[in-house]
Amino acid sequence: MPRITMREAISQALWEEMERDPAVFILGEEVGVWGGTYAVTKGFYDHFGPQRVKDTPIAENAILGAAIGAAMVGLRPVAELMTINFAFSAMDYVVNQAPKLRYMFGGQFRIPLVIRAVGGGGRQLGATHSQTPDAVFAHFPGLKVVSPGTPEDAKGLLKTAIRSDDPVLFIEHATMYQVRGEVPEGEYLIPIGQSKVQRPGRDVTIVTYAKGLELSLKAADELAKEGIEVEIVDLRTLRPLDMGPVLESFKKTNRAVIVEEGWRSYGVGAEVAARIYEEAFDYADAPILRVAQKEVPLPYNRTLEQAALPQVPDITAAVKEVLK
Amino acid sequence: MDKEKLLQMYYEMVLIRRVEERGAELYQAGKIGGFMHLYIGQEAVSTGLIAAREPRDRVITAYRDHGVAINCGISANEVMAELLGKVTGTSKGKGGSMHMASVEKNMWGGHAIVGGHLPIAAGLALGDQYQGNDNVTICMFGDGATNIGYFHEALNVSMTWNLRVLWVCENNQYGMGTSVERASAVSEIRQKAEGYGMKNSRVDGMDVLAVYEAAKQAIDYVRSESKPYLLEAVTYRFRGHSMGDPERYRSQDEVKKWQDNDPIGIFRAALLKKKNITAAELDEIEARAEADTQKAVEFAEASPEPGMEELFKDVYVED
Ligand SMILES: Cc1ncc(C[n+]2csc(CCOP(=O)(O)OP(=O)(O)O)c2C)c(N)n1
Ligand SMILES: [Mg+2]
Repeated sequence: MPRITMREAISQALWEEMERDPAVFILGEEVGVWGGTYAVTKGFYDHFGPQRVKDTPIAENAILGAAIGAAMVGLRPVAELMTINFAFSAMDYVVNQAPKLRYMFGGQFRIPLVIRAVGGGGRQLGATHSQTPDAVFAHFPGLKVVSPGTPEDAKGLLKTAIRSDDPVLFIEHATMYQVRGEVPEGEYLIPIGQSKVQRPGRDVTIVTYAKGLELSLKAADELAKEGIEVEIVDLRTLRPLDMGPVLESFKKTNRAVIVEEGWRSYGVGAEVAARIYEEAFDYADAPILRVAQKEVPLPYNRTLEQAALPQVPDITAAVKEVLK
Repeated sequence: MDKEKLLQMYYEMVLIRRVEERGAELYQAGKIGGFMHLYIGQEAVSTGLIAAREPRDRVITAYRDHGVAINCGISANEVMAELLGKVTGTSKGKGGSMHMASVEKNMWGGHAIVGGHLPIAAGLALGDQYQGNDNVTICMFGDGATNIGYFHEALNVSMTWNLRVLWVCENNQYGMGTSVERASAVSEIRQKAEGYGMKNSRVDGMDVLAVYEAAKQAIDYVRSESKPYLLEAVTYRFRGHSMGDPERYRSQDEVKKWQDNDPIGIFRAALLKKKNITAAELDEIEARAEADTQKAVEFAEASPEPGMEELFKDVYVED
């Protein structure tokens, strides 16, 4: 199997779907001539031309509103938000229009829209440019929220997202574009809404996704040296949330730690923990712990920023705590 | 304008240039992180503009803010310390390059959500109007920012509410890699003010004296008429959008052409035409700017990092 980066995986998914279906097109800031701020669409403009790789003004509302309109009349836009933080400048379209129009008009429209957005902290970009607000978006019925942690999942899930007839927010992590992993040869799809065990283990269940997966895999290696075998369940999709593999794992280990990069309060961990308690309370041998971002906006200073973000030692400590 | 003021403006322009050149080096050396947007090439705009304000007039700008900060009187030491993320920086090292501010100097921040600070500028002016003073708010932003809704909402309320705002568009021809022609319905940004019935004009942003004159008139108008005004300064950034821009969207020839039109060189030549200013004086100013930049680097390097207690401070007032 070829080993490629997350960047290549996302790029391949876009390229293949554009080759396959002329209704698919990309629009966003600097997606064309520049080649994408994170170089994901490098070479696309020359190959597919300006109509299918559409550079836009800095106008997030126009980008998303126009993408929704184009989707309603049969196109399959992939709208790129340079960073997920700019979704807040066009929040109405992300959470108030795209997820609701079909329902509100009695199912008359389809909105086959993908919003690609780059999120995550750790790059010293300051408070407004460093957020991991995934849980905010996962709150809204009508929107699917996907956030992969491996190149294989990124490629397979993005292809599915583009073929989905409903709006999908596809969240990429800014510090993970260089992450390498094996992807299957040839075409494949991964269904939206399926969690996956990324590492089997018997002692503690770690539930996580995206950047949390990268950190948890490292923590798992360290814990293994001490004889602690964690099982890592990667959510991959935040909405619809697939609790199946999480519950199955928890019923085996009876202990769980949930790892996410966003803030703890009202976060992904809160939802997952509640669902475990609701559906597998009798299996719990210890309180479920959450590892998440400190409750502060992210500062520029590198030391402070790293202190605010969840780190590998936070995960190993939490795992040991639930094992006590 | 008296000689002292002219020489001060020259000093500021050279200081901004030197501070940013050193900043770029420190960025390459990994001592500065995040996004850093250099103002090199555009120094005449904020220097001319801020020289025309009274200290009570407020200033607010976007993330390309090092120059504006220095013009507003924030020291090179504090700017450099913020770049290095030190507690002695303008924002205690918590803001970084894009987020310099000093309430004391009436500089209300560099803001990094494109266009996001324009309605806030309207609010600063609303606050002044409410409190019955005639301070002017000077709000600077890029050409790219005039394509986002914030701009249009802010211009509209400023006119409707008779707010004292001087809107200053720094048209450096590109928003990242997208030229004005590819992103804006009109290529003269000032035309956008027409739809709001707002007075406007365009000035050569490479000529600091022209900017000063235009700004002076515009500020007088805003103050006395209690109406907003849009001033467009035509300029160019000599460096990439931020550090690490592949610059595929413009030719080296184009960049070279503008670099030959260096605002510092233009100002120097203009000053030397004056009978009472000598080359030796200007050389001395350049040496002083160089020395002050060196001192700023030393100050920033020697300054402490913010302590861990800063992480949790100022989330709320009571922290
Ligand atoms: C709402 C929002 N969208 C996108 C961005 C990313 N971005 C940062 S600067 C920039 C270009 C702005 O261009 P312009 O307003 O002309 O200012 P200049 O950089 O040329 O000074 C873009 C697209 C952002 N910061 N905020
Ligand atoms: Mg610009």
